Amino acid sequence: MSNSQLTPGVVPGRLPADAYSHNFGDHEPPLDVHEARVAADRCYFCHDAPCITACPTSIDIPLFIRQIATGTPEAAAKTILSQNILGGMCARVCPTETLCEEACVREAAEGKPVEIGRLQRFATDTLMEAGVHPFTRAAPTGRSVAVVGAGPAGLAAAHRLAMHGHDVVIYDARPKAGGLNEYGIAQYKAVGDFAQAEVEWLLQIGGITVKTGMALGQGVTLAELQKAHDAVFLGMGLAGVNALRAAGEDLPGVRPAVDFIAELRQAKDKSALPIGRDVVVIGGGMTAVDAAVQSRLLGALNVTIVYRRGQEKMSASGYEQDHATSAGVRIVCNASPVAVHQAGGALEVEFAYAVDGPDGLKPTGETFRLRADQVFKAIGQTLSGAPEGLEMAGGKIAVTGAGRTSVPGIWAGGDCAAGGEDLTVTAVAEGRDAALDIHATLMAARS
Amino acid sequence: MADLTSNFIGIKSPNPFWLASAPPTDKEYNVRRAFEAGWGGVVWKTLGSEGPPIVNVNGPRYGAIWGADRRLLGLNNIELITDRPLEVNLAEIRRVKKDYPDRAMIISLMVPCDEESWKDILHRIEDTGADGVELNFGCPHGMAERGMGSAVGQVPEYIEMVTAWVKHYSKMPCIVKLTPNVTSILPPAMAAKRGGADAVSLINTVKSITNVDLDSFSPFPMIDGKGSHGGYCGPAVKPIALNMVGEIARHDVTRGLPISGIGGVTTWRDAAEFLAMGAGNVQVCTAAMTYGFKIVQEMISGLSQYLDEKQMTLDQLVGRAVPNFVEWQDLNLNYVTKAHIDQDACIKCGRCYAACEDTSHQAIAMSPERVFTVKDDECVACNLCVNVCPVDNCITMVEMPKGATDPRTGNVVGDYANWTTHPNNPSAQAAE
Repeated sequence: MSNSQLTPGVVPGRLPADAYSHNFGDHEPPLDVHEARVAADRCYFCHDAPCITACPTSIDIPLFIRQIATGTPEAAAKTILSQNILGGMCARVCPTETLCEEACVREAAEGKPVEIGRLQRFATDTLMEAGVHPFTRAAPTGRSVAVVGAGPAGLAAAHRLAMHGHDVVIYDARPKAGGLNEYGIAQYKAVGDFAQAEVEWLLQIGGITVKTGMALGQGVTLAELQKAHDAVFLGMGLAGVNALRAAGEDLPGVRPAVDFIAELRQAKDKSALPIGRDVVVIGGGMTAVDAAVQSRLLGALNVTIVYRRGQEKMSASGYEQDHATSAGVRIVCNASPVAVHQAGGALEVEFAYAVDGPDGLKPTGETFRLRADQVFKAIGQTLSGAPEGLEMAGGKIAVTGAGRTSVPGIWAGGDCAAGGEDLTVTAVAEGRDAALDIHATLMAARS
Repeated sequence: MADLTSNFIGIKSPNPFWLASAPPTDKEYNVRRAFEAGWGGVVWKTLGSEGPPIVNVNGPRYGAIWGADRRLLGLNNIELITDRPLEVNLAEIRRVKKDYPDRAMIISLMVPCDEESWKDILHRIEDTGADGVELNFGCPHGMAERGMGSAVGQVPEYIEMVTAWVKHYSKMPCIVKLTPNVTSILPPAMAAKRGGADAVSLINTVKSITNVDLDSFSPFPMIDGKGSHGGYCGPAVKPIALNMVGEIARHDVTRGLPISGIGGVTTWRDAAEFLAMGAGNVQVCTAAMTYGFKIVQEMISGLSQYLDEKQMTLDQLVGRAVPNFVEWQDLNLNYVTKAHIDQDACIKCGRCYAACEDTSHQAIAMSPERVFTVKDDECVACNLCVNVCPVDNCITMVEMPKGATDPRTGNVVGDYANWTTHPNNPSAQAAE
């Protein structure tokens, strides 16, 4: 092997060949039957449990854990999936440390919550590995709904609509369904092509057609969808990326972190992926952490996350931050990018320190430069190609109630809709709730 | 270190922890290991008559009940008395006792209910050097079908008769082991006393089926698709045993009859409770079968520390709780307590609320912020919230002082008064 971690530039194969399967294997291995029983025993079966309240999809967590504890993980899975059809993926990617597990009373009691996420995975994996789809379709209603975007929101909406007997057509711009589950999640969180397996499992409900390579303005228009279907659900996510607004942003080597993550997820052979010796990731969220950690796992020598505010304001959880630092990522805070410079064969990113005060960020006048072969921008995504005629709020589609847009017959949910945290689990909840509202609306119109 | 030396009906042992007659005491190898681990004495697994040895099943002998994390709470067994030749057992007993003269060596016996059989077995064990005999009138399975074990223990007349034979044909101290599979433990205990027993030991195991296999539909333990009842033991039976020990310890007729306490003793604390309820020593089986012989070291250190902290001798502990073991009618109805929730300790699980709201007296309020508080005007002090709370000492029962008004009843807390004088009692006698 010719390349190592010290090799300058952006090159593949920095690590020994066998390191990649280890690095990109299951970040958190699944519980075995015994471990699951021990973990389930710890649940107190709280009254009106705080974990349920903390879950955006309101999964009845004490019930499903009791079902695991009593040897019926299949029933546990149905409890989970009836609230959250993507419970398998959410078990892997939810920031449980800021949701259910943070609310767990055992977190208060001893700083060690019940391992809800891993138990959820145990249950859903058991059911899905058995190939069981526990839901059936209602009699056909003769109504049809268009869903734009095959990500968590769109899939959740489509499944719930199909369950109620509606015909659903999902349109997605990418070659594969799954949205961020397929393209935006760190490899080690969803190993084994889980996202596609989950989509296939979900589609077993029947009544759902997926048309890939199509999006609004890409083979189809909103007006056409309105005409061809009885209702439209928009869940196309955020395809745009925020700009650094720093000089030199267009230099080669500077790219959106989401593109890097998507490319990495789709790459069959991780050792063939070129990665810089020095990588700088700009941002403070989970995308920044995913990009930084995976850069290290590909063999980058120096990886730095630079965040403009204090570390406590990073939207990546403490758990994610620890994950990054334990992977060898350095986190630099209170610094904003000013410019990207060309320096020798590489780049240098110039940052200005700034203190975060009541009047916003105030530069201190001090600057520093970080050498970078690659710069990943992870400072948020934007809605691009929002259809005309829809009322917007904060750059996203404005919604009221269960995802109703300003136009009757059009609903929206997930990251493209205003409000709610941009989490997989939130998108699932919004898709599900919009579907129920669409169903109620269509049925009321028929009677 | 408190002195744990025990003298039970003249049988001395370095501590009051004996291994009960059961699989752990079936042979020399085990008993030597037990003594090396520190056990004060053993009751050798029950010997039967001379003749072809007993036959055991060749499938599972045990069934179990588990708590969280598969912690064994109850064990049941269908094993019979020793299945080894009598002479082998006697030779081993002789050897072990010779090597461990300071340990108690009791021989458990179970032979047919006729005078000759008892005379014969007592004669055979005479020269083993054993310190005493325990009459197994307790085992509820297998041998009972043959007219032995609990079949004897359930008929006080038989207990008295056999005990008298034993006392007649042997000079050894005689302990009568009682079965709990009776409606009242007192008649068997009285019968043992009448027969001249030096002590009783209790409880033997409780007739039980631990579970039913939901695939084969067989009770458990299962032998080729069938199950018969076994004898239940372990932590789950401790409450039954404590009550029976206490009943014998406090009754006019049986008071003073030495008791060897048995039934779910797992820790030093369990042992101390049996001693306080009137047992002169304790016998242990299931805990050893679950964790091995080493547990006795915790029992020794724990009991010793406790006695030191209480500045009490072992003898002073024995029976200490018996005077406080009364009938319901003697309980003070003017003892009024209210549950109190320590908000700093509360982890907001809401189990107290669910228990009280769904199944008790609707005496706990829950705020939208999940703050749980007791409604004193509804709280009957039942203690269920304390029992379901996962946090030690988070919920406590606070006694209302004399002269205070109970907001639930409107009554002023007064002096001691019990049911016998309560106006609602039709047979109450006015205090003259």
